[in-house]
Amino acid sequence: MADGLYADGIAAGRLSGEEYEKNFADLHPPLDRHEAAVEADRCYFCFDAPCTTACPTSIDIPMFIRQIATDNPLGSARTIFDQNILGGMCARVCPTETLCEEACVREEAEGKPVQIGRLQRYATDAAMEADAQFYERAAPTGKSVAIVGAGPAGLACAHRLAMHGHDVTILEARPKPGGLNEFGIAAYKTPNGFAQAEVDYLMAIGGIRLEEGKALGRDFSLGDLTRDHDAVFLGMGLAGVNALGAEGEAADGVESAVDYIAHLRQARDLASLPVGRRVVVIGGGMTAIDAAVQARLLGAEEVTICYRRGQEHMNASAFEQDLAASKGVTIRHWLQPTRIIADNGRVSGIELEYTALKDGRLSGTGETLTLRADQVFKAIGQSFEAGVLNGSTASVELEGRRIKTDAEGRTSMPNVWAGGDCIAGGDDLTVSAVAQGRDAAESIHRALAG
Amino acid sequence: MADIRSNFVGIKSPNPFWLASAPPTDKAYNVERAFKAGWGGVVWKTLGEEGPPVVNVNGPRYGAIWGADRRLLGLNNIELITDRDLYLNLREIKQVKKNWPDRALIVSLMVPCEEQAWKAILPLVEETEADGIELNFGCPHGMSERGMGAAVGQVPEYVEMVVRWCKQNTRMPVITKLTPNITDVRQPARAAHAGGTDAVSLINTINSITSVNLDNFAPEPTIDGKGSHGGYCGPAVKPIALNMVAEIARDPQTAGLPISGIGGITTWRDAAEFLALGSGTVQVCTAAMTYGFKIVEEMIEGLENWMDAKGHATLDDVIGRAAPNVTDWQYLNLNYVTKARIDQDQCIKCGRCHIACEDTSHQAITAMVDGKRHFEVIEEECVGCNLCVNVCPVEGCIDMVPLAAGALDKRTGEKVEPVYANWTTHPNNPSKVAAE
Repeated sequence: MADGLYADGIAAGRLSGEEYEKNFADLHPPLDRHEAAVEADRCYFCFDAPCTTACPTSIDIPMFIRQIATDNPLGSARTIFDQNILGGMCARVCPTETLCEEACVREEAEGKPVQIGRLQRYATDAAMEADAQFYERAAPTGKSVAIVGAGPAGLACAHRLAMHGHDVTILEARPKPGGLNEFGIAAYKTPNGFAQAEVDYLMAIGGIRLEEGKALGRDFSLGDLTRDHDAVFLGMGLAGVNALGAEGEAADGVESAVDYIAHLRQARDLASLPVGRRVVVIGGGMTAIDAAVQARLLGAEEVTICYRRGQEHMNASAFEQDLAASKGVTIRHWLQPTRIIADNGRVSGIELEYTALKDGRLSGTGETLTLRADQVFKAIGQSFEAGVLNGSTASVELEGRRIKTDAEGRTSMPNVWAGGDCIAGGDDLTVSAVAQGRDAAESIHRALAG
Repeated sequence: MADIRSNFVGIKSPNPFWLASAPPTDKAYNVERAFKAGWGGVVWKTLGEEGPPVVNVNGPRYGAIWGADRRLLGLNNIELITDRDLYLNLREIKQVKKNWPDRALIVSLMVPCEEQAWKAILPLVEETEADGIELNFGCPHGMSERGMGAAVGQVPEYVEMVVRWCKQNTRMPVITKLTPNITDVRQPARAAHAGGTDAVSLINTINSITSVNLDNFAPEPTIDGKGSHGGYCGPAVKPIALNMVAEIARDPQTAGLPISGIGGITTWRDAAEFLALGSGTVQVCTAAMTYGFKIVEEMIEGLENWMDAKGHATLDDVIGRAAPNVTDWQYLNLNYVTKARIDQDQCIKCGRCHIACEDTSHQAITAMVDGKRHFEVIEEECVGCNLCVNVCPVEGCIDMVPLAAGALDKRTGEKVEPVYANWTTHPNNPSKVAAE
């Protein structure tokens, strides 16, 4: 055991190097050829398959599984990439238990769906390992499209546009592409630099220029883009983090879970990453789970997720909740933060109020609970920062504080499309962002050809 | 408890499960293990004439096809008859029979098609006190190129001739093993019967190439870049074997001739089906080669349980019971009408019944009803073909339900006739006979 495992406060190096390595290894190790063959044999090749219907990118799942079963993994990969060029990442991070695998008829038949996600990873890994490129650019159209944000939506849009022969420029605020794939997802879901490898794989089609460190509203305006390009796609995600609205929130040790995860994902040495001995995470979504589990894996002794509603209301899937529980995270429900308790400006605890639903409305009961905490993570959602859009042109219409689009991704502004987490009505899933980016690209292509 | 003791042409065994003449019965070591496991009898792997034994290939001998989860469905082999010394085999046979007096021990034989050759080997086998002999007229590879095995079995006159020689030269019961590599299995069966055989056993293996290696374009199993057709067996051949058994069981010329059924028997149920079509005993090989000898426990216990449940006291209550129900197509009742019915509680909504019917049959199963994924039979279109039952992954989810006499067949718009009527009297039959 490393020194400092039980050190109070926020400390780095709680574990040994081996423990970090073990804790952050692949959550679901890849299937080998035999395992993939056995699993692929379980697929019934359903008609109008419910799994495909459940997939936001509509991958022909029975076909790609049949291709695995017939020892044709590259053909299988192509079937996946035809619909979802980020099929490798989606295989790792999709909540398959609420999408394709929930719809699998074997879930209904025997409560044990075909492991679609792991099979998808098997096929896409095979293609990436072989560096098999399936797509070529069409003849250059001479049209230019600007994309804001190199996350899943922007990358999927860029790839499809490049396929159609358009010149694409991606402007990315961060120093690296990938968006939440690179900065936002728990490390054990996508280890070994996979996010960057996937970006490289899809960029190999050519015709896509990436400019890093370029932020909308800081380095360029929407007006610049509409002036210089034939079309614009907005896929910048959600830059804002919702505040707790609790007293004393500014204390040291109260952090955004999103920022902490981004920091962790970029850390070269996990031992250098400080974590509290007692950590409280406020929220009920995937980000809360990712932050809580990783805090435990970094050596935090007590990690508690506090969510203001009941288990049935949590956005995190049952699988994710079970994962957190199996890693020793305590999940408490019906608690909302009221006050951060600080010692010399550093968080030492958190006061929470019990909540209840009364006539369908959530309210505090007046009873409180105090938890000791060296570190508090806010994971109660992110928000779209609309300010960056405005000023340079006619403004882009919003809906519920996010960008309003039609079914093809068109915004209220001519020649401007949007997709991913920044648009209204989405489910904030990687796979949905990919679908929106791809479909917007097709819409842009039709508009430019017309 | 059902009594499954078998008495087959005077050969007694504690159960009807014998191991067929094949690699598992080539030597005392294996046969001893089989008897310890509970097998009722063994047909010792085929002996050839005295002299230097045959040689086998030294590369792969078996090829296979598989179903889902790599379950072995069909096996082929290019192994020949025993490649061990004749006298070594005879000594072992004698010892094993002495060790296991209650088990059936039959010796498979294949010598050149000359009377002298048979006259020479029969006394040697008799001396072992084995219970009987089986004439290998079936082996489809290698030996047939030398005028033996299937080369004899494919010529009824030779079959009759060799059987007669054996009957004239031994007191042992003679079982004639038939090859399926012919157009009409009744011909060699009749010939064996005419020659005086005590029983026939079938089927031997089927000429086959299991697969082709697509890297070197050679058939599997591949011996130094070349392959030869081998003998096919295993679950995949069971339907062919059942039909051939039934053909002999219902042929007036061979009716009553004892049959030892062989071909893809893997479970007690397979065995019961062979018995029902007229087999007195069954012979197993591929299932044992796939799973080991222990499977016989399931076979024995399963057969007994089924017989107890159905009130069949002895094998004689089962043997041949299904044979009278095997008939020619022209005698099938055309007034028997069934419709598929899908049990919605069991349906898992895979939709395979729909697409099979929609693409390849009669467009008689819905995919969507009131905007919902729902699979239901459209009786107006259903011809009762049973394809949906066969492609459904859930056993028992789809049933074929017969319409009662007088009920409306929505497809034809006519009521189901209460009487039996077949093609021979059907108005569309140009050579119909007047109904009696």
